[in-house]
Amino acid sequence: MSTIQAAEKPPEDIEIPKPELSIVVEFTGGLEMLFSDQRRHPLSIPVTNKEGNPLTIADLIEHLCNHTMKDTRKELFVLDDHLRPGILVLINDADWELEGEEAYEIQAGDNILFVSTLHGG
Amino acid sequence: MPPALCALCKTERALIKRPKNHQKLCKGCFIQIFEDEVHHTIISSNLFFPGEKVAVGASGGKDSTVLASVLKTLNERHHYGVDLVLLSIDEGIKGYRDDSLETVKRNAVQYDMPLKIVGYDELYGWTMDQVVETIGKKGNCTYCGVFRRQALDRGAKILGIKHVVTGHNADDVAETVLMNLLRGDLPRLSRSTSIVTGSDASEVKRSKPLKYSYEKEIVLYAHHKKLDYFSTECIYSPEAFRGSARSLIKNLEKVRPSAILDVVRSGEDMARLVPGATQDSCRCDGKPASHQAAADDDNIGGCGSANGRTNGGEMAAMEKRLRENEAAEAGELETEITVTKIEVQRHDRPNQTNGQPKTPGTNLPVRLKQKLGTCEKCGYMSSQKLCQACMLLEGLNKNRPEITL
Ligand SMILES: [Zn+2]
Repeated sequence: MSTIQAAEKPPEDIEIPKPELSIVVEFTGGLEMLFSDQRRHPLSIPVTNKEGNPLTIADLIEHLCNHTMKDTRKELFVLDDHLRPGILVLINDADWELEGEEAYEIQAGDNILFVSTLHGG
Repeated sequence: MPPALCALCKTERALIKRPKNHQKLCKGCFIQIFEDEVHHTIISSNLFFPGEKVAVGASGGKDSTVLASVLKTLNERHHYGVDLVLLSIDEGIKGYRDDSLETVKRNAVQYDMPLKIVGYDELYGWTMDQVVETIGKKGNCTYCGVFRRQALDRGAKILGIKHVVTGHNADDVAETVLMNLLRGDLPRLSRSTSIVTGSDASEVKRSKPLKYSYEKEIVLYAHHKKLDYFSTECIYSPEAFRGSARSLIKNLEKVRPSAILDVVRSGEDMARLVPGATQDSCRCDGKPASHQAAADDDNIGGCGSANGRTNGGEMAAMEKRLRENEAAEAGELETEITVTKIEVQRHDRPNQTNGQPKTPGTNLPVRLKQKLGTCEKCGYMSSQKLCQACMLLEGLNKNRPEITL
């Protein structure tokens, strides 16, 4: 879905294209099989989302589905538009529940780890 | 927002939010409290005795890897004096176990524990690949689960070990409780909540020291201790997440994290109401756990983990077969029920008069399996003439054209 912006804005609102954020996303606990069998993915992601707001974990999850995941089994990562229950997220080693979960705004240099708890005993 | 500080040491940054009480902890305090709680479970259930040989059922997965690591730590810290051995099962699925067995081999070096690997082929004469060749992929998880369950006991016997510990966690127990509740099977529910299964009469005792540990904390423990574990989905296991008891558990946890332990506790309380069943649970009153007889029928099913994880459709089919077998015994069993005493009295329940439990008049047929004998073929503990593994093998062997008697 592409949004075409009408260029009706006053000049002072025109912004220099923002640089991308460099982050590292990691998948483990079986999730790596959905992401080219690769645990560590250094990524450059847009600084803002479609609405122009700072990129959150929710936006990152969508970005990962659309750009990083080659596997077609999206439902193993996302269910009903949210991260599948049973997948933990660690933001710089801290439980995402301590960081606002999907609403956490991603910072440059962040390490974001997705761990499935569902595989294997 | 400023990073939260650890609720215990109040100096380090909190990295973990405990599901059971929302406590925010730093890495060091979390690792300490996780280990302390497992130690508490072990002590309050009198799980080990000094000099005991204990086999850790090891799959290379997170639960059994954490179990092996924690037991090694606690054995040294608290001087249990147990002799720990890793015991792994090779189902004979080409490519599936290779990596996980490599992980177990590394664990054996990391934890300085001897390792024994036993194969389905040497135990049953069938690898899982051969089973699938014969019966197809549908229902094979049932075979794998039944075979695996006995495999650990049989492997332990080969090693001369009488106690096998498995990595079953609180989520696994809660899932089994829900499954058995949905099936209306209280006897099995009772057994599944027990921390120790296998009576004194049986040759191998089983226990689950991580019974009260959340899966989430097990994963976080493995992560923060940088444990070497392996995760894979069994290649024969269908994607049965949606609609399974597992998904119910994970969704409950999302809404109310304490729900998992609540279900475990409820399961224990319900188990107390099952005639003939004495129950253990950690109530912190120093009361030792009682032992439950382990029929070979709990934790059926479930590939992809050593934990007998359930798997909707196949489960139902197998259930039906097992029910039919049980039906044959029903008459005899009901006679037994009338002489069974409820050992744990619930004084807060008004409908029991003078400790004389009345089986309600309109009761559903109660399926109790108090009488555990041994399998005619292999001698494994079983309530039927043939244990489940031999029953399945009989069917398999009939389908193998080249079989000669
Ligand atoms: Zn602390």
